[in-house]
Formats: sequence, structure tokens, C-alpha cells
Amino acid sequence: MSESPLLEVRDLTVHHGQLRAVSNVSLRVRPGEVYAIIGANGAGKSTLLRTIAGLHHPTSGLVLLDGTNVTRLRAEKRATAGISMVPEGRRLFPSLSLEENLKVGASYARRGPWDIPAVMELFPFMKERRGQKTAQMSGGEQQQVAIGRALVANPRVLLLDEVSLGLAPLILQRIYDVLPRILASGVTVLLVEQDVAQARRVASHMQCLLEGRTTLEGRPSEFTSEQVEAAYFGLAGHNAGGAR
Amino acid sequence: MAWVNAIIQGILTGGLYALFACGLSLLFGIMKVVNLAHGDLAIVGAYIATGVIAVTHVPFLWSIPIMVVLMAALGYALQRSVIQAALNKGELATLIVTFGLSIVIENGLQRFFSANSRSIGTGSSLLSASFSAGSQIQIGWLPVGILGIAILVLLALQYFLSASRYGRMIRAVADDRDAALLSGINARHVFGIAAAISFGTVGLAGVAYGMSGQFSPTDGNSTILLWAFAAVVIGGLGSLWGTLLGGIVLGVAQQVGGQINISYEALAGYIIFLVVLVFRPQGLTARRTQS
Repeated sequence: MSESPLLEVRDLTVHHGQLRAVSNVSLRVRPGEVYAIIGANGAGKSTLLRTIAGLHHPTSGLVLLDGTNVTRLRAEKRATAGISMVPEGRRLFPSLSLEENLKVGASYARRGPWDIPAVMELFPFMKERRGQKTAQMSGGEQQQVAIGRALVANPRVLLLDEVSLGLAPLILQRIYDVLPRILASGVTVLLVEQDVAQARRVASHMQCLLEGRTTLEGRPSEFTSEQVEAAYFGLAGHNAGGAR
Repeated sequence: MAWVNAIIQGILTGGLYALFACGLSLLFGIMKVVNLAHGDLAIVGAYIATGVIAVTHVPFLWSIPIMVVLMAALGYALQRSVIQAALNKGELATLIVTFGLSIVIENGLQRFFSANSRSIGTGSSLLSASFSAGSQIQIGWLPVGILGIAILVLLALQYFLSASRYGRMIRAVADDRDAALLSGINARHVFGIAAAISFGTVGLAGVAYGMSGQFSPTDGNSTILLWAFAAVVIGGLGSLWGTLLGGIVLGVAQQVGGQINISYEALAGYIIFLVVLVFRPQGLTARRTQS
């Protein structure tokens, strides 16, 4: 391992009540890269991401940001420490306008290149609709507001949870098109995707989860589609988790 | 003319009810806490105001801001300690905790101030005066002043919630607590601020109540809480201006009922309350967002 990771997860196990949603998962996200977590519905991807953001507490394991243990930090403290998450389903504030959503995101912003004008530059549609309630907006627009709300906090790591959910391919492409500009600003990205092709296209590292366990990890170019498919669906005795 | 008088008096009483109700509505709208100690806290506010006057000998008007600050501090402290602890265990637990608070407060007040009723002397002849509008209608300056203060409080609250940084954070936490946490907002602190505002307004209401008549330690639970609930439910849960509308509807219903027969005063208020509950359970002003 040449470079020290910006975000590291060590041996993380998370329970939802009785259910073991994430089992002994580890990952190392290096600065400036896009790390993708793929897996089917219920594989534990979102739980993993929410635990990194501090919304769930792990049964065991560690979350480290730039070498500092943040496992016991509450979600709001992790946000100010530099972990911002775009939650699954956007989760905008429905009674707030677009601009107010961004202002809330900037409430405890770290210093950095992103502010509300910069985000509106990134997503130009926002300028004319800043006063509108986000409930009236399309799914793609809401997703862009959610990304903007996370960006204005100037995170070191941006967690994207299922950005593609419910979006038309063309709209999704427009959202992924801004990823290079986000990376160029010095933000590292950890994303969760069900769309494997999309994840392979943008990621420099990827990991596949199946029933809460890691079934594949490495650079996207290291694996054939068949290998990824096997890891994704747990086919052909790829590991014990898939044999059930 | 008697009916017109009843309606005017009812509208004026509505101001007091709105003052009682807005804090209850705010707390429910933001953190889904039904504060069963709300009425008792109004009485605490009235006792604090009289206590401040007795101890420091400041003029009556000065005691009000001091009382509001003390009540707000009490609200923040209680929210960050017992109410938050109950919230962590679920919304039902807050009912039990605030019910317990209500009992503790009521008995504490009786212990220290006795069960005797008292009133707040304003020392101002203007506030006890009234003016006539027509031959049969006497309008007191005090209820007019209370209605004016209620409107000012609601305007200030609306401005605070819609335009200030903390107001925005309060709305964000009320909309989606997890998403607010992800933006770095300390939801507990925001809840504490909301409780401080709620306690401050109900303290004001308590002083207004104490100036309008007599108050005693048991009034909080037996009358004020019920009025505040009725006003909130009639107006619409979580709606700020709904509490004024609900308060006025309740006040007019009581006065008109009392005009028919003095023993129908309370009854008429509760009939309106039940009618709204049956035919328009979301209240007269529908809420913008789902609750």
C-alpha cells in the first residue's frame, strides 16, 4: 500500500437488531479517488455508508478519517470533520426552498472551494429556481440539490448513496458528468451503486458486497464481467456467502 | 348588541389562548413532543414574575423580560436533560416524562407558594381600564394588549423561523432529523432552542393569565393545558397562525356559549373542539408537510 488512506474502515460489523447487516468489512479509500461499493438490494451497502457517516453505530470495527478514529463521533461531528453524505432517496428538506437547503448544508461548513455560488455554477438550473420548494422538482434536480447540499460543507470525503436510483439514464449521465469537477476540487468520493456498469466506469477501486460480506475487492480493470456478476449474485460457489 | 359583545370578547380572549398554544404547537411540530407540563409551566412563569418583583423590587414591566429569560433557560436545560433522555427512548416516553414533570411542578408550587390563588398587580391603572364602543360594549385595554402581544409574538416567531439561521436549522431538523445531522447540525442543541422559545412564550402567557385574573398552582393542569390543546387542535397541529385562529374560535365559542347560558361557556368550547376533531381532524389550517 503506497499511499495512506484518507478514509479507512477496519473490520466493521453492523447489526440491525438481530440482523447482521454488515460483516467484517474493511476498505481503504485513498485521497482523490472514486471508490465504489456495489451489490444487490439488501447487501448492506447503504448500512455501511450510513455507519461511516455516523447514522448507525457499529457492533465492532473502526472508522478512521485521515488516521483519526471517528468511530465514536456523532453524525453531526463527523460532518464537520469532513465526511458529508448524500443519503439514499435524496432526503431534502421539503418545507425549505432550494437555496435554504443549500444554506442548511453550509451551516457548519469547513473552509474550502465550495460555496453556494460555486454549487450553482456546477448545477446551473439552480440559479433561476433558488426560491422554489424542492418538492416540486424532478428527481434529477432533487438529486443535484442533495449533492450540492453536501458539497457546500466542503467535505474531504463525499459519500454518495444510490445516486442513480429512479433516474433516467440521460439525467444520471448529467449528474455523473460533474464528478470530475468535484474530484478536481480535492474531494474524495465513496459511492454506493446498484448500477454496476456505471460504477465500473467511474471508480478507481471497487468492492462488492453480498449479504453484508465482501465478495470482491480491487481495481475494476482486474475483473471480468463474469467475475463481477458472480460476486454480485453469489453464483458458482464464489464464496461461502453465495452458496446458501 | 350582546352577541356582538360576546364575539368581540371572544376574539380578545383568543389572543391569550394563542399565547398559551403557540409554544405547545411549536414543540410538537418540531420534535413531536406533546408537553403535558405546558400548562403548569405557564403558572411557573406567573410565579417567577411575581417572585422577581418581590425579590428585586423592579417595576412590573421589567420583570417580564427577566422571567422570559429564566423560563427559556429552564426550557433549554429540561430539554437537554430529561426530555431528550425520554426522546431517545421513543415518543411515548416523552408523554410519561412530561406528565411526571407536570405533577412535580404542580406539587412543588403548592409546597412553596401554598394553594392560595393570587394575581399579578400591574400597578398601572391603564391596564385595568376599559373603553366603550357603543352602549353595551366595554372593551378592556388588558385583553387588547394581550391580543396585540400574541400577534407580535407570532410575527416574531414567524420571522425567526423563516429568516434566521437558527430558524432555518429548526425547520430542517423538523423536516428530516437525519439529513440535518448529515449537514453538521446538532439536533439536540436545536431542540433545546425550540424548547427555550416554547417555555418563554408560555411564561408570557402565564403572566398575561395572572394579570387577567387569579392564578393558583393547579390552574395549569386543570384549565390552561386543555385550552392550549383545544386551540392547537382547532387551528391545526404544528401551524403557528393556526394557534391564533384556533384560540379565537375557541374564545368566541366560549363567549357565545356563555351568552346563551353562563353554564354553557366551557361546554361550547369543548363542543367546537370535538366538532373540529370529527369533521376536520387536521385542523382549520391544514399543515404544509406531513407530520
